[in-house]
Amino acid sequence: MSTPLDTPTTPAAPGTTDGPDRDLAQLGLAALLVVVGGYTLYDATTLRVGFGDPVGPRLFPYVIGAVTVVLGLLLVLATLRGDVPEGEGGEDVDLRQPADWVTVLKLVGVLLFTVLTISFLGWAVSGALLFVGSAWSLGSRTLVRDVIVGLVLSVASWYFFHEGLGVILPAGILDGVL
Amino acid sequence: MDNLGLLADGFGAVLTPENLLYAVIGVLLGTFVGVLPGIGPAMAVALLLPVTYGLEPISAFIMFAGIYYGGMYGGSTTAILLNTPGESASVMTALEGNLMARGGRAAQALATAAIGSFVAGTVGTLLVVLFAPALASVAVEIGAPSYFALMVLAMIMVTSVLGGSPLRGFIALFLGLTIGLVGLDLNTGQTRLSFDQPLLAERIDVVVVAVGIFALGEALWVAAHLRRTPAHVVPVGRPWMSGDDVRRSWGPWLRGTAYGFPFGALPAGGAEIPTFLSYVTEKRIAARKGRDEFGRGAIEGVAGPEAANNASAAGTFVPLLALGLPVTATSAVMLAALQGYGIEPGPGLMTDQPELVWALLASLLIGNVLLLVLNLPLAPVWARLLQIPRPQLYAGILFFAALGAYAANLQAFDLFLLLLLGLLGLLMRRFGLPVLPLILGVILGPLMEYRLREAMAISGGEVSALWSEPLAVVIYVVVAVAVVAPLVVRRVRPAPAAVAVDEGIAGNADDEEKVR
Repeated sequence: MSTPLDTPTTPAAPGTTDGPDRDLAQLGLAALLVVVGGYTLYDATTLRVGFGDPVGPRLFPYVIGAVTVVLGLLLVLATLRGDVPEGEGGEDVDLRQPADWVTVLKLVGVLLFTVLTISFLGWAVSGALLFVGSAWSLGSRTLVRDVIVGLVLSVASWYFFHEGLGVILPAGILDGVL
Repeated sequence: MDNLGLLADGFGAVLTPENLLYAVIGVLLGTFVGVLPGIGPAMAVALLLPVTYGLEPISAFIMFAGIYYGGMYGGSTTAILLNTPGESASVMTALEGNLMARGGRAAQALATAAIGSFVAGTVGTLLVVLFAPALASVAVEIGAPSYFALMVLAMIMVTSVLGGSPLRGFIALFLGLTIGLVGLDLNTGQTRLSFDQPLLAERIDVVVVAVGIFALGEALWVAAHLRRTPAHVVPVGRPWMSGDDVRRSWGPWLRGTAYGFPFGALPAGGAEIPTFLSYVTEKRIAARKGRDEFGRGAIEGVAGPEAANNASAAGTFVPLLALGLPVTATSAVMLAALQGYGIEPGPGLMTDQPELVWALLASLLIGNVLLLVLNLPLAPVWARLLQIPRPQLYAGILFFAALGAYAANLQAFDLFLLLLLGLLGLLMRRFGLPVLPLILGVILGPLMEYRLREAMAISGGEVSALWSEPLAVVIYVVVAVAVVAPLVVRRVRPAPAAVAVDEGIAGNADDEEKVR
């Protein structure tokens, strides 16, 4: 449900040019857009143009990159005029509390660990660690139960893919055991 | 009717014991995942895509159909029992549905939602059977310029008409278009935006994008704002309806279907508007009959919007199958799924691979029947899923998101991409960027470029070729109207979606107070 009610044409509080109504973090998003658009433009200039192709490989990146930069600039304007985003609600989302970025960082760490170790450890171990680590990060303190659930999930999914779908997930250090 | 004969052939292909088993598994999995709080239908389909890897296309389709309808129904169960709609389409269902549940009529609310979904889904799918082939036979004649115009129309509609903030819609769209650029340019064999990574040259798998943005992005966003007080779940027995409930429901079911299908079938898309219209209509009719229970849990207020929601979902198959245009998040994921089987939805699909299309349509009808048969008795089981502790629930979502992204290509690099896209999804939720335009940009961007280059190659670089076809001109006029009209309307009165959200929020606040 992302339906922000404020648009640049109808600011939430007309007349307020400063104060807590502005969401300056949006400037970071705007900067990201300008960088992404700028890089897209630069990348397009490195392309060679083929023959018998009136459009060529450059037109789309040029247009997309340029518009992205413009959108970034428009977002700067909108932010300064007091345009505030409406965070997305949901069943388990409580927007009245301040955001808990520490938990998010922990989860990102767990996922990075999975990315780096999955080829070596294999899915059965890596997947179980992913489950246990995520549950722990999210505040679960029933470690033994989580380990059992995680192992059952990952081993069962390994066999389901192997037997049922013919997709062979890497066994890693459990090669020969599974 | 010729179409019905072809549909019968579709049933012939689908109705084997093995395929029926896949359909049952699909419905159960879809409902299971859809009921879980925080998972909408689009996320359910995206998460379950890998389950169909390695299956024959027809078996995979029938499983999809089950997952699709199961996910939709699961979403409405959550809305009724928790009063916190997972997506905008079930906002209206949640309003009266949760009031009914709290008034001790949860069983009737779930029953009218299930039967209403069944009626609307069946009528809607039959309408697709009638309309899609006709549209497709016209669509085959459409040239590249008109096709290009249609894609512009779909993007503009989804971006500026449906969302609340056009600026944010366009930001999401162009982020999606940028992601769509990554990889090999088919005409010249050069890579774009790939940072010399050979793995990026093969383009980013749409499944990874969908799972990253929908599942991982949502899980990270919830992690940042996890509700520390447990949600209030209404206990429920086996759904049933009295004769009086049925008499009050069948009118809303049919009217809801009539509202929902056209909105789904037009590239205007979305279920927000038809569910809202259905709700308002039923309220008005109930008031005229002198038995207005709206605000105290009116069964009409569940039956109508739920039917509208499902009919709209069925309607989205018309543009999806006939034109290759997805207009909702769920149909965008379905399109990605079809592409995974080397099937390119579009004007040629109906003529090139009719047996697959008819098998899919037959699967949808079968999935719908199974949904009703399985889910009425199983409702108490599903309701218990709402009690799963949140840390384990979201850890499970992360687990399956990683599994889905990894199983597609068995590359650890895909997991890294998944993480990046998940962070992008988190960013989008933080800054109120809608998700649908991004997915649409990823899928339609490359197609659009292809059509444009085709049109230009035929015309020899003559730009005027873009509006050389009458249909293309008509579509551009519609685009112009679509851009200008909301600007005018918004000044006169707020959009219906905005009103709906207001009421939904009011309902939530009300609920919170009662819980405390």
